[in-house]
Amino acid sequence: MINKKKISNLTKDRRSFLKLTTTSMAALGSAFAIWPFIDSMNPSADVLALSVKEFDLSNIEEGSSKTVKWRGKPVFIKHRTKKEIDEAREVNLSELKDPEKDEDRVQKPEWLIVVGVCSHLGCIPLGQKTSDAKGEFNGWFCPCHGSHYDSSGRVRKGPAPKNLQVPKYKFINKNKIQIG
Amino acid sequence: MTKKFKNKTLEWLDYRLPIFSVLREALVDHPTPRNLNYWWNFGSLAGITLIIMIVSGLLLSMHYVAHVDLAFDSVEHIMRDVNYGWLIRYIHSVGASMFFLIVYIHIGRGLYYGSYKSPREVLWWLGIIIFLLMIAAAFLGYTLPWGQMSFWGATVITNLFSAIPLVGDNIVTWLWGGFSVDNPTLNRFYSLHFLIPFLIVGVVFFHIIALHKFGSNNPTGIDLNFKQEKIPFHPYYTIKDFFGFGIFFIIFSIFIFFLPNALGHPDNYIPADPLVTPEHIVPEWYFLPFYAILRAIPFKLLGVIAMLGSIFILFVLPWLDTCKVRSCRFRPIYKQFYWIFIFNFIVLGWIGSKVPEGHYLIISRICTAYYFMHFLFILPILGMFEKTLPLPTNIFKDSKKK
Repeated sequence: MINKKKISNLTKDRRSFLKLTTTSMAALGSAFAIWPFIDSMNPSADVLALSVKEFDLSNIEEGSSKTVKWRGKPVFIKHRTKKEIDEAREVNLSELKDPEKDEDRVQKPEWLIVVGVCSHLGCIPLGQKTSDAKGEFNGWFCPCHGSHYDSSGRVRKGPAPKNLQVPKYKFINKNKIQIG
Repeated sequence: MTKKFKNKTLEWLDYRLPIFSVLREALVDHPTPRNLNYWWNFGSLAGITLIIMIVSGLLLSMHYVAHVDLAFDSVEHIMRDVNYGWLIRYIHSVGASMFFLIVYIHIGRGLYYGSYKSPREVLWWLGIIIFLLMIAAAFLGYTLPWGQMSFWGATVITNLFSAIPLVGDNIVTWLWGGFSVDNPTLNRFYSLHFLIPFLIVGVVFFHIIALHKFGSNNPTGIDLNFKQEKIPFHPYYTIKDFFGFGIFFIIFSIFIFFLPNALGHPDNYIPADPLVTPEHIVPEWYFLPFYAILRAIPFKLLGVIAMLGSIFILFVLPWLDTCKVRSCRFRPIYKQFYWIFIFNFIVLGWIGSKVPEGHYLIISRICTAYYFMHFLFILPILGMFEKTLPLPTNIFKDSKKK
């Protein structure tokens, strides 16, 4: 009697062990099999190849700015005047919603490079053309929901939570930058 | 009211939307003959392949462009640029071959064990409808890469409709949306190729409902009247089906990773050129037997009728086969004719890949004639004269005998 019980317990243990290992192997295998399908929706090689781009700065005069397209988004390249640089640097950091020093946002003070997408809900702020509204802080103004950015692209007023993002870039030479 | 589920939320939901009890009835409790052999795995294999085809196709559709100028390049883009795009495309193209292989075996099992006989005629019909939809989906899908074989395959197959008297040419123009296979054709083919798999899913549901009405046939072909002759679907057949999946995935993977183009045709890697027909055009292997029948007959309309008839004849098979005994096990003479029929079908496939000249043409005509003879003469007559072996009263008697 006891022996029989022992054997039945043993088979029970063996069964649950087999069940557990089989199920986990199946789950693991499925996870591996599903990954290529998920990854296929990530940026493909040709999209990634376009994510590094070079731009010429020589024809952007002081006081003006240019919009370039990078990764499908506008990038603002602003050739700042002395006045704009000073304005940006005089601000008390405690007044800012997303405190960041202007020095940390530029590599060369006269060149401000930011992604021109409002951190609120993704509209493109105005301020690139001389005729555009530049907002209360002499930078950019987002017409969608009224966010104001200063001459360093930092949010000063409105619903936007963050400053305009600075993309990864480097100066290849005096007049050429590579974004990405 | 008796409760069906221990879980209160599940019970509440199922009381209002009884999908859970329906699923449990179909996938867990469903009483299934205990003597099913591995030939009964191919239904679930076809099911999993259908799912794989829909999922891989959905992801391909996110990168594919249905335009004559871009289609070929977009497929190459999938192969080279998209993450794992090569894998997904090979899953889809090899998957089509696997799907047909599985379904041919599934049909062959039905023929061998007489699964089409009363009361499963409608189940059989639904299966043939699925097969016809698969043929349509495979043909339309093969057009999409816009290679030479795509283009000329589409041209040849759509031209079959020109065999229809009087309105044939109008129908072909309507199918093309123009005066040749071109951009409008590609667009509508893509649209329909996307639609058909979901139609198949719908018919599969009917197929399963009809199956569960009388339950699976079994190797003895006899009606099962005793409770002990059946076992619950889960865990016995779920585990057996999963084991089948495992074996199938190994074979599937060998093709995907080592022989991805073995079942295709190299000419389809040449972009479509409406001004040059490839020297030798052949359909994918799974269409070859029917292609051979088409070419065996020297009259255009008759050839098309014979090709379509070779599939549509399956609809009346339950009445052409006059024998009351289902399984080949107890039909010693039919069993031999069955294997001759299978051999004949394979020969037709082989002939379909050859240029229809000389002795190939003669063989193809003999095989085509035999194909129809099998259904129209051998089966009805055999049912009347064949002396069948004594049937066991239940499946236990059958297994003891061995």
